[in-house]
Amino acid sequence: MTAAQPRALRAGWGALAVAMAAGWLLAGCSASSGSGQSITLYNGQHAQTTESLVSAFEKATGITVNVRSDDEDTLADEVVSEGSRSPADVIYTENSPALEYLQGNGLLASVDPSTLAATPNRYDSAQGDWVGVSARVSVLIYNPSLIAESQLPTSILQLADPRYQGDLALAPGETDFQPIVTSVARTYGSAAALTWLEGLKANAGSHIYPDDETIADEVNRGVVAFGVVNQYYWYRMGAELGSSNVHSKIAYFAPQDPGYVLDVSGAAVLRSSTHQADAQKFLAFLVSKPGQEITAHSDSFEYPIASGVSTAQPETPLGELQPNSITIPELGDGSTAVSLMQKAGLL
Amino acid sequence: MIATGVAAEPPAVADPVVPARRRLPPLFLLGASGAVAVVLLAPLLFLLIEASGSGAGTIAHLIWRPLTATLLWNTVRLTVVVTALCAVIGTLTAWLVECTDLPGRRIWAVLLVIPFAIPDFVISFGWASISTWVQGFQGAVLVMTLAVYPLVYLPVAASLRGADPGLEDAARSLGLGRVRTFLRVTVGQARGAILGGCVLVALVILAEYGAFEILGYQTFTTEIFTEFQVSFNVPTACALSLVLVVLGGVVLGAEPVARGKGRAVRTGAQAQRAIRRHRLGRATLPVLAALALLVALALGVPVGTSVYWMFASGVPFLTGVSVLDAGWHTALYSGVAAALATLLALPVALLAVRHSGRGGRLLERSTYLVLAMPGIVIALAISYFAERYAGGFGYQSAPLLIAAYAILFFPLALVGVRASVAHAPVALEEAARSLGRRPDEVFLRVTLPLIGPGLAAAFCLVFLACATELTATLVLVPTGVQTLATQFWAYQQNLSYGQAAPFALVIIAIAAVPSYVLARHFDRLPSRAGSAS
Repeated sequence: MTAAQPRALRAGWGALAVAMAAGWLLAGCSASSGSGQSITLYNGQHAQTTESLVSAFEKATGITVNVRSDDEDTLADEVVSEGSRSPADVIYTENSPALEYLQGNGLLASVDPSTLAATPNRYDSAQGDWVGVSARVSVLIYNPSLIAESQLPTSILQLADPRYQGDLALAPGETDFQPIVTSVARTYGSAAALTWLEGLKANAGSHIYPDDETIADEVNRGVVAFGVVNQYYWYRMGAELGSSNVHSKIAYFAPQDPGYVLDVSGAAVLRSSTHQADAQKFLAFLVSKPGQEITAHSDSFEYPIASGVSTAQPETPLGELQPNSITIPELGDGSTAVSLMQKAGLL
Repeated sequence: MIATGVAAEPPAVADPVVPARRRLPPLFLLGASGAVAVVLLAPLLFLLIEASGSGAGTIAHLIWRPLTATLLWNTVRLTVVVTALCAVIGTLTAWLVECTDLPGRRIWAVLLVIPFAIPDFVISFGWASISTWVQGFQGAVLVMTLAVYPLVYLPVAASLRGADPGLEDAARSLGLGRVRTFLRVTVGQARGAILGGCVLVALVILAEYGAFEILGYQTFTTEIFTEFQVSFNVPTACALSLVLVVLGGVVLGAEPVARGKGRAVRTGAQAQRAIRRHRLGRATLPVLAALALLVALALGVPVGTSVYWMFASGVPFLTGVSVLDAGWHTALYSGVAAALATLLALPVALLAVRHSGRGGRLLERSTYLVLAMPGIVIALAISYFAERYAGGFGYQSAPLLIAAYAILFFPLALVGVRASVAHAPVALEEAARSLGRRPDEVFLRVTLPLIGPGLAAAFCLVFLACATELTATLVLVPTGVQTLATQFWAYQQNLSYGQAAPFALVIIAIAAVPSYVLARHFDRLPSRAGSAS
């Protein structure tokens, strides 16, 4: 061993320590971006949907938006545990229950009346604490090579029919499924809903999936015959995979069936936000004509619902849908649905 | 102890008494190791606090529901099958590369390690996107075996390299057959490394999330994630996590029983001797074909499908900027975390190996419990502490993510450091002490050069693991920042395979660098075959 070796080693350790300290600082700083106007958005919507809206908003207003994307329920839970210290200014979710949950906890600020006015009343919070941005509707996705259209259930209750054993794909953990469970429980009562869920579990067998994307994918690939998803997943899948790779179709439930549920995606400003004005600007942008045009023409395939913008995609127009009459307050915060699914052993 | 007699002689020695006190560790070492263990076990404390928040009745109800039996069965059978497969594949490949005249063994040494650089969720994405067969139990077995067998290969290869070839000669000369010599002596000497690797494999499977979600295979971890996401219910998730920690404890508890007693020590470079490698002879071609198949399955499929999706989907892939930005953050966070974890592992390894009292061993073993905790639980714990007890300090900031990585992958660092510490002969240090060197000098001039390679290996292992980590990153990533893994996940979740693919490829490229270093590194260690190849 030469004498130079330990010295070099010592220098090496010194360098390592300096590098680590520098890295730590760098890592800390790179996260806290510029000092200009900025808001933090907790995003439970699809990242790509939000990305195009955010960049258009930044361009229009000069306000920077720091986006934190996660599952809507996770983000809502984070907001609750953060309380008054929450770094978030705005929360944007795929479904209304997460927003209703935050509203129930008194964590949301009132939305500017002019913003609420852009959207039909029935799509907003009854209290005016959040605004509806887009709508989606639950449909059946099926693979015609595994099940004929005529064999499909027309009512959500039939999904529990033993003749569909092994044919059903189910995503109990997907937040989009909760409103359907809530709707069934409202129509037929909790006891019937529980029996129905147990039937679903038996029919799904091993085809229990984490989310609607996976249901769409597995049905499309022919792993399982059919499942319930929100309509736009099928259109998105087509856009991603290319029409030649689409081997599935969608079908609607019978008009007003409890499984035929219209869900609203919405956004809210947090009461704890220290950037109330800028945060309200973001909400106003989401329901403005330019914002709704982005929703209508991007690969989001959700229904725009505000400022008179309508969908330009090959979808059934919003006005022609015949969903169940369940209202947003009746959909609630989803807790009933979750506890029913837990009782049924699905969660 | 050889050192004692000589120690009193040189007059310049500050501390003339360098007695036989291997069982009494220095206070500094004990203190540092204790501090590390406390930090590592803090998440467990969080689990207990949160779970107890929901009351014993609720916990019992949650744990004894029918779903738990399914989860337990799914988790246990997968862990057993994959661990056994990895033990066989990892040991055989390591033996082929290190102890035989396998053609191109240096290339194989690299190719066999690189699958570890590919995130489990990318491997499952690749397989699931080309075949509907790859799902559920069989899919999980296939994907996890291909993803984690390097965890056995790496320590076994290192151990075979450091093993004393004289023992094999002795066994043969005493009349033991080839196969028996292999099983009793070769595998026997590597027994510790094989078991260590198996423990890592089992624990990684217990905590895996991304791959199982893609494959639609329900385990405790996927259920914990669902529980946390869907029902706003942290206590429930924590209660289920406790079951997982108990399973991890069982794995850890079984290992020392299987390991038995005895320790193979060899005096480093001095005792090196060149012997000929085992000749494969007519088996060469089938062996090459088998290795090629393994590499094609583990490496070819995920890389191939990623490239395919990148070009096949109609969507133009992303601007290079966001890939670069995500890549930079991944490299930065992983690099700092790897250095931190290696540094933390050093005192624990020294204590465990050099002062093998019951306390030291227990301390070392307790740190492995971390691997049994899913990334999301550790992330939640850290986030919770920052938010609840530190007034929001550091909340959603990079240092918190780095700390989480260092805690999560500390056991990997420890395995790397420990192996080299165990092979470094204490006698050399004692000799240096006896010649009048101060403890810090001995550490720098003797200990470090001996264990340096192990430190580098530990760094690389942790770097790899961080760069491919998903669950904790999803929770702790600073707002406004995307790493390669989170961005891949966002696109993959959305079925945007074309846009996800470039991120997968960059993760593989970034993680391949330390893999290569790791493989080459072991290649340069004193080889049992010297420079013969």
